[in-house]
Amino acid sequence: MSLLQIDKMTHYFGGLRAVHNYELDIKPGQVWGLIGPNGAGKTTIFNLITGIYQPTEGKIILAGSELNGRSPHEIASMGIGRTFQNMLLWRHMTVLEHVKMARYSKLSYGLFGAFFGTPRRQKEEAESEEKAYQLLSIMGVDQFVDQIVLNLPYGAQRRVEMARALAMEPKILFLDEPTAGMNPEELVQMMKIIRNVHNDFGLAIFLIEHRMKVVMELCERIQTLVFGEVIAEGTPEEIQNNPKVIDAYLGKETVE
Amino acid sequence: MEASSEKLSNITRLSKISIRTFVSQVPLLGWLLGALIAVALEHFVGTPFARALGLPKALSLFGFLIILKKPFLIPSAVAYVLLIYILPIGIVARSSASIMNKLAGKLLDFPMLFSVIIHLGLLYAVVHWWSDMSLYRNDVARFMLIAVMVTLSLNIINGYMGEFSCSHPGFLALGAYSASVFTVLLFVDDRIFGLAWLPKAIGPLFFPIALIIGGLVAAVGALAVAIPSFRTRGDYLAIISLAFMFIVKSLIENLEAVGGPRGLSSQPNWASLPVVFMCAVLAVWIINNFVRSTFGKALNAVRDNEMAADAMTVNTRRTKMTAFMFGAFWAGVAGGLYAHVVRYVNPGDFDIKKLAEVLAMVYFGGLNSVYGAIVGACGISLLGEALRPLALYKWVIIPLLLILVMIYRPTGLIAFKEFDVKKLIQPKKVSP
Ligand SMILES: Nc1ncnc2c1ncn2[C@@H]1O[C@H](COP(=O)(O)OP(=O)(O)OP(=O)(O)O)[C@@H](O)[C@H]1O
Ligand SMILES: [Mg+2]
Repeated sequence: MSLLQIDKMTHYFGGLRAVHNYELDIKPGQVWGLIGPNGAGKTTIFNLITGIYQPTEGKIILAGSELNGRSPHEIASMGIGRTFQNMLLWRHMTVLEHVKMARYSKLSYGLFGAFFGTPRRQKEEAESEEKAYQLLSIMGVDQFVDQIVLNLPYGAQRRVEMARALAMEPKILFLDEPTAGMNPEELVQMMKIIRNVHNDFGLAIFLIEHRMKVVMELCERIQTLVFGEVIAEGTPEEIQNNPKVIDAYLGKETVE
Repeated sequence: MEASSEKLSNITRLSKISIRTFVSQVPLLGWLLGALIAVALEHFVGTPFARALGLPKALSLFGFLIILKKPFLIPSAVAYVLLIYILPIGIVARSSASIMNKLAGKLLDFPMLFSVIIHLGLLYAVVHWWSDMSLYRNDVARFMLIAVMVTLSLNIINGYMGEFSCSHPGFLALGAYSASVFTVLLFVDDRIFGLAWLPKAIGPLFFPIALIIGGLVAAVGALAVAIPSFRTRGDYLAIISLAFMFIVKSLIENLEAVGGPRGLSSQPNWASLPVVFMCAVLAVWIINNFVRSTFGKALNAVRDNEMAADAMTVNTRRTKMTAFMFGAFWAGVAGGLYAHVVRYVNPGDFDIKKLAEVLAMVYFGGLNSVYGAIVGACGISLLGEALRPLALYKWVIIPLLLILVMIYRPTGLIAFKEFDVKKLIQPKKVSP
C-alpha cells in the first residue's frame, strides 16, 4: 500500500501554472528526493500537500484518507511533519517550547486541565517534555533547551526545527532544503541526522534539495521538476545519467 | 580629577552591586514580613508622625497625591515614605533574611499550596491593614486589584496572542450590567426592577454566580467579535473590536430597562476588599495556568508564526477564539466587581477613555507577562490618582509617558517573563 499518493495535481497562481499534472507515490519508509531549478515549483508542491494552498485540480491521499479540502493543522495531525525552506521558528519561544508545541494534537487534558492544572495535565506535559528532551538529544541540541531559539547558531536552529517536526510523530517527514546555507561540516552532520532519523524511526522522508551530493546519497528515488512538470523520475543513477536532467538542471552543476 | 570621578563611579557600582545582592538574598516571605511591619507601624504611629513632619495626616497614597496638590510638602512626604515604609521594610527584610530563607525552605516540605496560602495570607494582611486607614485607600486598593484583572485579561489578547483588540470596555460594560441586573433584580428593592425576589441576607452567596454570569455574557459578546475577525488571516480585529465597543455603549444608552444614559445604581455592597482580593488571586492563578500550558503557549506560536503553528498541528482558529473569549470572560468578571464597588454604573464609564487607560496599563507594564500586568495596572492606577488634579491634562501626560516607554522599551517594562509561583516563593540562594 502506498503512504502518500498524488494523482494529476495541477495548481495555478492566477495565470501562472506553478504545478502541472504532478504525480507521486511514496511507500512507507521510502526516502524520496525532489530536485529542480529555482522557481520550478518544489516548495509549492509541499505547500499544496500540507494544505497551505488548495490544488486547482488533483487528488492527494495519505494512508487511505483524502487530504483535499482539509486545513493545514488537520493534515499535520494526520501524519505529515515538515520543515520550511526559510525556517519558520517562533521568535519568543524557547527550544523546549518549540518541540513541546508540536505535541499539541496529542494532548487530551483540554481547557479544564489548562485552567486548573489538573494532575492529568502535569502528567501529559511531563511526558511531552520527556519526549522533547529525547528528540533534542538525538538532534544533538539538548544543551540549548531553555534558550530562545533565535539565539542559537544557524545549524542548531535547523535541527530544532526538525526535532519539532518529529515531535508530532509523523508518518512522513517533509524537508525543504534542510542543508541550505550550511557549511561543509554542518552539512555532513545534517546528512547523518537525516539518515539516523530514517533508520531509527523507519520514517518515510520527502526532501527538496539543491545539493546533488545530498540527494544522491540519501534518496532511493528522485523526481526532477522543471517549470512545474516532472521531466524525469528514477533512481539516483538513472537521474544522474538522464540527458533531459543533465540538460535542464545538472548541466550547470558538477555531480560529485 | 579623573581619578576621583573614577573612584566615584566605582562606589556607585559597588553600591549597586550590594543593593542587588541584598535584594536577591531576601525571599518573598521576608519582604511580606517587612511590609506587614511597615503598615503596622503606620497604623500605630502614622498620624502623629505625619503631624510632626508638618503633614496634615498620614499620607493617603505614598505621597503621590501631594506631588501636584501641595508641592512644598514633598520633602516631608519623602521623609515619611522613607521612615515609615522604605527603611522599616529594608531593615526587617535584611535582618530576617536568613530566618525567612530557612522558613521558606521548610514550608516547601509541605505541598506547595500550603506555602502559597501562607504567602497570600500575609499579602492580604498587608493590603487589609494598609487600606484600613481610610475609605479612600480601601477604594484605591479595590480598583487596583480590579485593574490587575482587566490588564491581565487584555494581555491574553494583545500580549500573548499579539492581536490588537479594543473591545475591553465593551466586555467590562457587559459584565458590569449583567451582574448588576442579576443582583439588583433578585436582592434589592429598586425603582427600575421593583421589589426584591429573594431575601438580601442570602445574597452574598449568590454574588459569585452574578460575577460568573457577567463573565459569560461578556464571553458571548466576544463571539460577535471573534467570529468575523478570526475567519481569515489579516488585521480586522482592531477595527471590529473598536466598533463593538461603541455598539455596546450605545446599546446600553438606548436600553431604558437598565436606566439608559442615566445609568444603573443601588448595587449591593458585596464587593468588599477580601472578595475582590480573592477574585484577583483566582484570575491570576487561572490565567497563569492557562498561558503556561501548551494550549496557552499555542497563542505565542500563532502570534510569532501562524503558518508554522498550523503545520505543527495547532488548531489556530480555535486557539484564537478560545483565548479571546477567555480574556473577555475575565473582563466581564472584573466589570461585575467594578459595578459593585462603585455601586453605580453608566454607559459613559465604558468609553474610549477607559480603553486608553487599559491599553496604557497593558503596554506600560509589559506584554506577555503576568508581572507586567500587575506592574502596569498598579503603576498606571497610582499615576492616575497622582495626576487627578490636572483633570483633562491627565490624558495628555499618560499617553506621553506611554510613548516614552514604547520608544525605550517597545514591549513594556517587564515583558515576556514567566510567572513561576514556585520560583517566587522559594528561599533565595545566599552567596557567601
Ligand atoms: N503565493 C504565491 N503567489 C504567486 N506566485 C507564487 C506563490 N508562491 C510561489 N509562486 C511562484 O510559483 C513558482 C514556484 O515557486 P516555488 O517557491 O514553489 O519554487 P521552488 O522550486 O521552491 O524554488 P526555490 O528553489 O527557489 O525554492 C515561482 O515562479 C514563484 O514565483
Ligand atoms: Mg523552494
